[in-house]
Amino acid sequence: MSPFAEAADLVGENLACRRGERLVFRGFDCRLPAGGALVLTGPNGSGKSSLLRLLATLLTPAAGRLLWNGAPVAQDPAGYRGAIHYVGHLDGVKPALTPREMLGFWAALQGARRPAFDAAFAAFGLDRVADWPCRWLSAGQRKRLALARLVAAPAPVWLLDEPGAALDTDGEARLEMAISAHRAAGGSVAVATHQPIPLPGATTLAIDAFAAPPGDPLTV
Amino acid sequence: MHAFFGLIRHDLRLAARQGGDIGLVLGFFVLAVMLFPFGVGPEPELLRRIAAGIIWVAALLAAVLSLDRLFAADHADGGLDLIALSAMPLELAVLARGAAHWLTTGLPLVVVSPLLALFLDLDSAALPALVLGLLLGTPAMSLIGAIAAALSLGARRPGVLMTLLVLPLYLPPLIFGTGAVEASLSAEGARAHLLLLAALMLAALPLAPFAAAAALRQALD
Repeated sequence: MSPFAEAADLVGENLACRRGERLVFRGFDCRLPAGGALVLTGPNGSGKSSLLRLLATLLTPAAGRLLWNGAPVAQDPAGYRGAIHYVGHLDGVKPALTPREMLGFWAALQGARRPAFDAAFAAFGLDRVADWPCRWLSAGQRKRLALARLVAAPAPVWLLDEPGAALDTDGEARLEMAISAHRAAGGSVAVATHQPIPLPGATTLAIDAFAAPPGDPLTV
Repeated sequence: MHAFFGLIRHDLRLAARQGGDIGLVLGFFVLAVMLFPFGVGPEPELLRRIAAGIIWVAALLAAVLSLDRLFAADHADGGLDLIALSAMPLELAVLARGAAHWLTTGLPLVVVSPLLALFLDLDSAALPALVLGLLLGTPAMSLIGAIAAALSLGARRPGVLMTLLVLPLYLPPLIFGTGAVEASLSAEGARAHLLLLAALMLAALPLAPFAAAAALRQALD
């Protein structure tokens, strides 16, 4: 049933994150099974983005570990990176290139030989602008383009940092549709967001509950 | 390997679309060389003697000028995250970026250098040593430059820091490159110098990507 080569089961154990001298959060546990959804909430600066970057292996945890299908991610980081999509605040869109070229490049980075351009542009309503230079795109369209790479080169785990930012209602509806299709196919998604996002059966975790008290020693 | 060539293709396409970048580096190279006859006086004897040094120093400075293109833009716009998460190791990504950088800066410098050599009246017997030397030296300069570019990410004045980091490291290619031209006009021959330049490049080829990738991981963390 699942189009993905392997079961998708991501577990974070006792994660702690340090930014500079400050311990942002500690003792954070989460589980993202196949078809699962995780919504991360919390005020600005509580560590939502840091947690997603940590789940994406872009940050090294100060303590704790990630398990991918039961094995520590540290043993095979490349294999795990091939199984995730990370969409952050910054979109990496080059103004001089077209959406099609950007999407082709991102898919190539993921090792995908035949990116599903048409499906990706259709999913986020970008057909009309697919061959324009990206400098003509609005902020919302750039966000849609960044999200389109989720569809262009499938990967079981989606890590989305404020995916709804800059999107209009049509864009939000398209994002929800993409996420539910992804979950129905056995994929999972972790979303950090301020806006309420309808994700049936999602686990909601308030990350400020894991904040380190002020004056907590730097040792975790 | 698909990701590796995908990154090179992307970089080349970007460079072609923003042609100004290549033009800027080449323009700097040509203008810097043209300044010397005005500075030291138009005596053919003198110019002929220092031609190789002028061309090498100008090429080196032009290369430094282009180093901020390597990672700074991707670091600022989030593209570096995606490269770090790609299917290839970060070391390979650095190598791909270095290759694209050489194709868009080093190679054009090599191509233009014989014209500048003629302009400075360099002995035509020394041309092969000059071009071969640059052909071997510029890839090493792109690779070594990648280390400095990666290290200076996130610094307050990255351009200045990068220049300070990289210029001392460019001394060996400069010494052997100009040495090759000098030696090719004597009985000694340029062979030894060119072999040393090749050794430099071959050492930088595996070592620089590791150093630069480690620095990039620091910058992302």
